[in-house]
Amino acid sequence: MDLDTIAAISTPIGEGAIAIVRLSGDQAIDIVNQMFEGKDLNTVDSHTIHYGKIIDPDSKTMIEEVMVSVMQAPKTFTRENVVEINCHGGLASVNRLLEMSLQLGARLAEPGEFTKRAFLNGRIDLSQAEAVMDLIRAKTDKAMGVAVKQLDGKLSKLIKRLRQELIETVAHVEVNIDYPEYDDVEEMTKNIMLEKTKLVYQEIERLLAMARQGKILREGISTAIIGRPNVGKSSLMNALVQENKAIVTDIPGTTRDVIEEYVNVRGVPLRLVDTAGIRDTEDIVEKIGVERSRQVLKEADLVLLVLNFNESLTEQDRQLFELVKDLDVIILVNKTDLPNKIDLDQVADLAKDHAIVNMSLLEEQGIDQLEEAIARLFFAGQIESDDLSYVSNVRHIQLLKQALATLEDATSAIHADMPIDLIQIDVTRTWELLGEIVGDTVQDSLIDQLFSQFCLGK
Amino acid sequence: MVYNAGHFDVIVIGAGHAGVEAANAAVKRGAKTLMLTLNLDMIAFMPCNPSIGGPAKGVVVREIDALGGLMGKVIDKTYIQMRMLNTGKGPAVRALRAQADKPLYIQEMKYQLEKLENLTIRQAMVERLIIEEGVCKGVLTETNAAYYAKSVIITTGTFMRGSVIIGDLSYQSGPNNQRPSVKLSEHLEELGFELVRFKTGTPPRVNANTIDYSKTEIQPGDDKPSHFSYETTEAIVDQIPCWLTYTNEKTHQIIDDNLALSAMYSGMIKGTGPRYCPSIEDKVVRFHDKPRHQIFLEPEGRNTEEVYVQGFSTSLPESVQHEMLRSIEGLEAAEIMRSGYAIEYDSVVPTQLWPTLEVKNVPGLFTAGQINGTSGYEEAAGQGLMAGINAAARALEVESLILDRSQAYIGVLIDDLVTKGTNEPYRLLTSRAEYRLLLRHDNADIRLTDKAYQLGLINEERYQAFQGKVALIEQEKKRLAKQTIKPSSQIDQLLNEAGGTGLKEPIKALDLLKRPEVSYQLIKRLVPADVTLPEEVEEQVEIQVKYQGYIDKSNQQVDRMKKMENKVIPENIDYDAISGLATEAKQKLKKVRPLSVGQASRISGVNPADVSILLVYIEQGQIAKRTSEVERQA
Repeated sequence: MDLDTIAAISTPIGEGAIAIVRLSGDQAIDIVNQMFEGKDLNTVDSHTIHYGKIIDPDSKTMIEEVMVSVMQAPKTFTRENVVEINCHGGLASVNRLLEMSLQLGARLAEPGEFTKRAFLNGRIDLSQAEAVMDLIRAKTDKAMGVAVKQLDGKLSKLIKRLRQELIETVAHVEVNIDYPEYDDVEEMTKNIMLEKTKLVYQEIERLLAMARQGKILREGISTAIIGRPNVGKSSLMNALVQENKAIVTDIPGTTRDVIEEYVNVRGVPLRLVDTAGIRDTEDIVEKIGVERSRQVLKEADLVLLVLNFNESLTEQDRQLFELVKDLDVIILVNKTDLPNKIDLDQVADLAKDHAIVNMSLLEEQGIDQLEEAIARLFFAGQIESDDLSYVSNVRHIQLLKQALATLEDATSAIHADMPIDLIQIDVTRTWELLGEIVGDTVQDSLIDQLFSQFCLGK
Repeated sequence: MVYNAGHFDVIVIGAGHAGVEAANAAVKRGAKTLMLTLNLDMIAFMPCNPSIGGPAKGVVVREIDALGGLMGKVIDKTYIQMRMLNTGKGPAVRALRAQADKPLYIQEMKYQLEKLENLTIRQAMVERLIIEEGVCKGVLTETNAAYYAKSVIITTGTFMRGSVIIGDLSYQSGPNNQRPSVKLSEHLEELGFELVRFKTGTPPRVNANTIDYSKTEIQPGDDKPSHFSYETTEAIVDQIPCWLTYTNEKTHQIIDDNLALSAMYSGMIKGTGPRYCPSIEDKVVRFHDKPRHQIFLEPEGRNTEEVYVQGFSTSLPESVQHEMLRSIEGLEAAEIMRSGYAIEYDSVVPTQLWPTLEVKNVPGLFTAGQINGTSGYEEAAGQGLMAGINAAARALEVESLILDRSQAYIGVLIDDLVTKGTNEPYRLLTSRAEYRLLLRHDNADIRLTDKAYQLGLINEERYQAFQGKVALIEQEKKRLAKQTIKPSSQIDQLLNEAGGTGLKEPIKALDLLKRPEVSYQLIKRLVPADVTLPEEVEEQVEIQVKYQGYIDKSNQQVDRMKKMENKVIPENIDYDAISGLATEAKQKLKKVRPLSVGQASRISGVNPADVSILLVYIEQGQIAKRTSEVERQA
């Protein structure tokens, strides 16, 4: 049977200690191998488990340390190649692993699809067929129920509006094709097309940005505290944790030495990352070098750069400024309880538009201002908070990304001066992809649109 | 007294656009065929507009020709004007349309059929089918002739219980005041057919001598006419123009004032009309703020002064038709020769048919054309051709033919009809085809000639010519892939003139042709071919190379579709026995009885979960079969 490779999170959604992403199909081993740093999974024995790291193929940064089980066909649950990635619980990393699998060519499994495959490949015997069908029905209905619930309201309205924009454009092109002599229908030009698709493109981009924002709210803003030795990073960490009771404290895993602290600052959940390093050595820059800091910083949504009020700026400080110049940064000038030796004008120069907070952790001063700065950074002028629940489902995000990609194809075809009826193929595809989000891709509605929008006929 | 009038392989009832193609195709396949028609002088009559082709429809005509049909050949001999439409757009939507000489078209078609050796043509009214043990065995005419055959095709168009309406006048009639077919319709009802009432209409015809063309715009044909048939070599030189004028506020006022008298609005018409072919009163009501509508004046032939007023279809009373017409510029003195009318008729709900167009509940019986709920000569002809091929297949026990949605517009048409049905007269539109880039006007022969040859629909000579063409295309593509074009000021200049940028490094001719601004003609200047290639070969090379990216994408989609299309649903499947299928899905599946999981997935009301369950169920049967085979071997 010729089936594509599917992937899904196969542990219950939530904060478990361990989560598993499962892939099944011809490409399963290959796909995981492409993001796995460790042994070559294509050459390992079947039914073995391997330690390694998952590397983001785009940014080349490490996502997770994982254990990967490789099971070759046919002695597997589905009788296909099966790979299971065991990672530390937490929606953030497991979702990211799933997304990467999808990017590398897997398809998101339908509800009950692993079981269905097991059946189709003859793994489950006939007497179980009924049960399989019931399972598919139940799971699909439930999934649909969830999907509909998730879609209720703003997102669904927005998607429908975007689809309407697109279908009007498409119908317009269709009318030009099917009724070429109708002079009362304006000719759809590439310029109009470009304008219309641009609008939709921006909206989808905004949705995806919201998705990222939404993810941040659910999973915490990964926050890195950096600075030279002895500027007070550790104290800052402790102050934040004490002030705002930690919500979750991860137990250091057996295979990794990274500790994360979750704190809630005025409604913004912060995930203080790599704090183990800070605690142990007081200086990540010194210990792991600038290169590694750069890596840590890449994963950070927010950077707290700590300076010493009592010392003048050093070359190292300037290097740090350079490192963080394109990130969301708050500059903290600690130890205001001691005499001023730092040139504050210079700090302001280096900080450019970033917020600067003067503080004394010793005297517990400035923490409020810091918290305010964090909250402002993430809420002021940003999206209303109830919008943030918008797009959370991996399937939706995947579809939005695909929709964006097909619109890009359409745009580049416009610039390449392709005929409009070819450009329209990609616009129609975008419309269909958005339709999959709201569960509506019926071709007939295009025909209906045609006849309601235009006066046609001989 | 009923008498035995003879035995045939295939009987075709009706000689409209579906009937003639059905008869021709059946004969080509080797079937001894009988064609019965109410009126021998009305073979392939065009009761509505005098044109053939246009977007989507024109591609169908080409497909018919590729499959050895008649429509393309006959119109190529009888057109008064030929126009290629959509020339400013991409190759996928280019469309040829001809204005026909109506009387000549009838004459030529009749002559083509008369020449066919294995075809008997008779004027007769069929009243009943001869059904034995549920199987169709022949037909019975009103003159008591019983004709027997292994397959019967009904192509009665709008004749079944036809009823013409003009204002408040209504009488039983086929199109153009021909006798309607009443008893056959009643008979089908007795047999348990589900029938539905549809409506269509036609505008008045006026005398050209009473038109002031100087007040209208001329619509000439192409300087160098293209043709539908791959066999046509000679063009008709003296083309006749059409003319364009417009309705105006006065026309719309007259319509508004008399709306109550329109059969459409008075409630006299119950049938569903097509949205794409609205009456003029419909247009004015639905799009009230439009100040004017286009009216095309189309001559009905060379040796007639009758002119078809396209865009002016109406069921208003005759007196109002006069008044309306005369409010239009150029038609102030127009004299009506025939009035416009609406016609209501019975059609067969097409989900009762297999994709071969055989009736599911009556083996041996096929229906094709407007009787299946379509509209348009080309849609009818395409179905007729397929019914002819498959009726002969049944009679002669040879291979039948089902075209899928990626092979032909005819495939899209029939799949839509038998899978989804239609709630208005169905017209092909390019937007109905998911793979329209593959279903082009220019490649119908490449898509279908192999099939046609295999089924005996075209002769050896034509097949050889086709193979020669394909070889030339491949050869030229290979040549361009090898030839390198090096940067030079001369080449840069040519490219700049074409609106592009110069070359930075050497490039293969094939890759340069992929640039949107670079035509094959330009490539030919840069790297001349050794031989002069026929125009249609050059065209194919250009299209295949230039749009390869899009064509590849479409082909990938087709591959995905085919996976599901190849999953065959067993004929004896019992949908009630499948637990988990939604009730609505069960009902729909039982009605349509799809042949494949792909077809099932296109039925509205069958959702993805149902498709999944269906897949599992079918696979279960396969496993059971495999297991029992293994057991037998052991």
